[in-house]
Amino acid sequence: MTVATLAFYLFACTAIAAGLMTVLARNPVHSVLWLILAFFSCSGLFVLVGAEFVAMLLAIVYVGAVAVLFLFVVMMLDVDFAELRAGMSDYLPVGLLIGLVLLIQLGLVAGQWVFADAAPELRTAVAPIPAEVENTRALGRLIYTDYVLLFQLAGLVLLVAMIGAIVLTLRHKAGIKRQDVLNQIYRERHEAVELKDVKPGQGL
Amino acid sequence: MEDLLREYLPILIFLALAIGLGLVLILAAVVLAVRRPDPEKISAYECGFNAFDDARMKFDVRFYLVSILFIIFDLEVAFLFPWAVAFQDVGLFGFWSMMIFLAVLTIGFAYEWKKGALEWE
Amino acid sequence: MEDAGFWTSYALPGLIILLQCLVVTVCLLVSLAFLLWMDRKVWGAVQLRKSINVVGPFGLLQSFADFLKFAMKEIVVPAGADKTVFFLAPLISFVLATIAWAVVPFNAGWVVSDINVGILFIFAVSSLEVYGVIMGGWASNSKYPFLGGLRSAAQMISYEVSIGLIIVGVLITTGSLNLTRIVEAQDGAYGLFSWYWLPHFPVMIMFFISALAETNRPPFDLPEAESELVAGYQVEYSSTPYLLFMIGEYMAITLMCALMTTLFFGGWLSPIPGLPDGIFWFTLKTVFFFFMFAMVKAVVPRFRYDQLMRIGWKVFLPLSLGWVVIAAGLAQYGVPGYARW
Repeated sequence: MTVATLAFYLFACTAIAAGLMTVLARNPVHSVLWLILAFFSCSGLFVLVGAEFVAMLLAIVYVGAVAVLFLFVVMMLDVDFAELRAGMSDYLPVGLLIGLVLLIQLGLVAGQWVFADAAPELRTAVAPIPAEVENTRALGRLIYTDYVLLFQLAGLVLLVAMIGAIVLTLRHKAGIKRQDVLNQIYRERHEAVELKDVKPGQGL
Repeated sequence: MEDLLREYLPILIFLALAIGLGLVLILAAVVLAVRRPDPEKISAYECGFNAFDDARMKFDVRFYLVSILFIIFDLEVAFLFPWAVAFQDVGLFGFWSMMIFLAVLTIGFAYEWKKGALEWE
Repeated sequence: MEDAGFWTSYALPGLIILLQCLVVTVCLLVSLAFLLWMDRKVWGAVQLRKSINVVGPFGLLQSFADFLKFAMKEIVVPAGADKTVFFLAPLISFVLATIAWAVVPFNAGWVVSDINVGILFIFAVSSLEVYGVIMGGWASNSKYPFLGGLRSAAQMISYEVSIGLIIVGVLITTGSLNLTRIVEAQDGAYGLFSWYWLPHFPVMIMFFISALAETNRPPFDLPEAESELVAGYQVEYSSTPYLLFMIGEYMAITLMCALMTTLFFGGWLSPIPGLPDGIFWFTLKTVFFFFMFAMVKAVVPRFRYDQLMRIGWKVFLPLSLGWVVIAAGLAQYGVPGYARW
């Protein structure tokens, strides 16, 4: 039993326990915090299989960005969570079904990877890992040239997400003063100040 | 592979050490300091008023929008990292492929700007 | 014989690593105590007052006295607080700020954990520092901390993006995510003119400003703007939990200084060719940037929140993105200083 094996069981058990707690926690904010722990353990697991870049991305994108959004939503929405919880038993069968389908899919993938006759060749074909090239560079060599179409599609998906988010959430309130910096800077003296020669005793 | 993991072990140990140190510090105050809470002391700070309702209120949807935009740009940065590292390997094709990707996202950014999503009121 | 194998291959290296971590942490905490002293002395000097001068010679031991005071204070937990999260928040901000130092190279080979993706690790850890703030603000169940935490979270994520883009610009020239290699790439015949601050001058300035915003330092200390939010997310904290927040904050600031040193100012390399390189230079540069942070706090007035967000999204983001394109173009067409082949 090496340290790596020990670390694997540590991360795997934490991931599963944290995932369970995400579903079971009473307080939605606690749920998100457990989810973050689950993401973390997964990132540890990625490091253990040697995918350091993906591990760091998981931490940066999922924990650093997506979970922040989740936290905002959970903190912002005024939903009665006790009521939601009462409906849990209704959704349980559907949830279990989805879980089962995911499990079967994972099983199929693992089967192809581990038990198929051509498994060793398949593995080397998909992941040509040259020992001397570090992980990130190996990824960089592939994404932008061999998989350029997928890469550009990812860009389009991000564009759609950006526009969608704005269309869905942006509402301008009327009657709010905003700062226009250029306008401020280019304001001339004669537009703002007027000199009046006021005679004593007469006023304006 | 083994070498790679060996470099990560110190981070795990460092993590354990930092957590331990933090816990010791918190516990030190628990053990050393007196604790005499009274209702006034443990009430939430409110500039002299009594708190009238739960502090965890609804807030502007704008924070939500900022965090969505952040996710999108974070992903963009994530795509840039391997590109920058493999810059000399991907050549001119890789260079222009990234430029197109950035151009597409700049369209989105311009749209955002025009729509006023970046305005803060 | 098996026992001997266990000792030499597991226990001994493990012990060495533990010792290294311990040495780094202790050195960091002690130097933090003196940096804090320097911080306050600088403000004192700028504001023409004596500043701390009672405990020890020149008040040098003030931070240690403060530490003892913190440890003796009562921990006050607000009535409506979520206890677990309330204590978890300072712990998280302390732990994250500390472990980021694991990958910082203090000298050639002097790094606790020399991972390939060092800069990404720091980027990840600093993007997680948001959690200490949000959790602290939320758990207190009090209005000022909640608002402070919210603001601070939006601020930190806004500047995170431009920091990421700036790092990408430097990486194009370096071609490695490993911090040691980033420093080694700056080793050239011209001493300090081979460092990246020269080719990447515009983003160097932007990195400094983004680092101020990312660590909630003045002029961007909106979350704790004392005139409106009292002290932001820290209002309800006292005693050592507060101390942990503060150590975390200063640790993150020092980390940003160290990162600035590593990315743009050649880490441990000596500025003049011929002089020996070493940890002395690294410390000197980091302390210099810390001094700059203190000066900025002393002389620059605080920003308004909408202005802060405007700078982050409308100025820094397009500029740093533009710089990535420009630097990449320059590197692609082989301009010396940008291209690395």
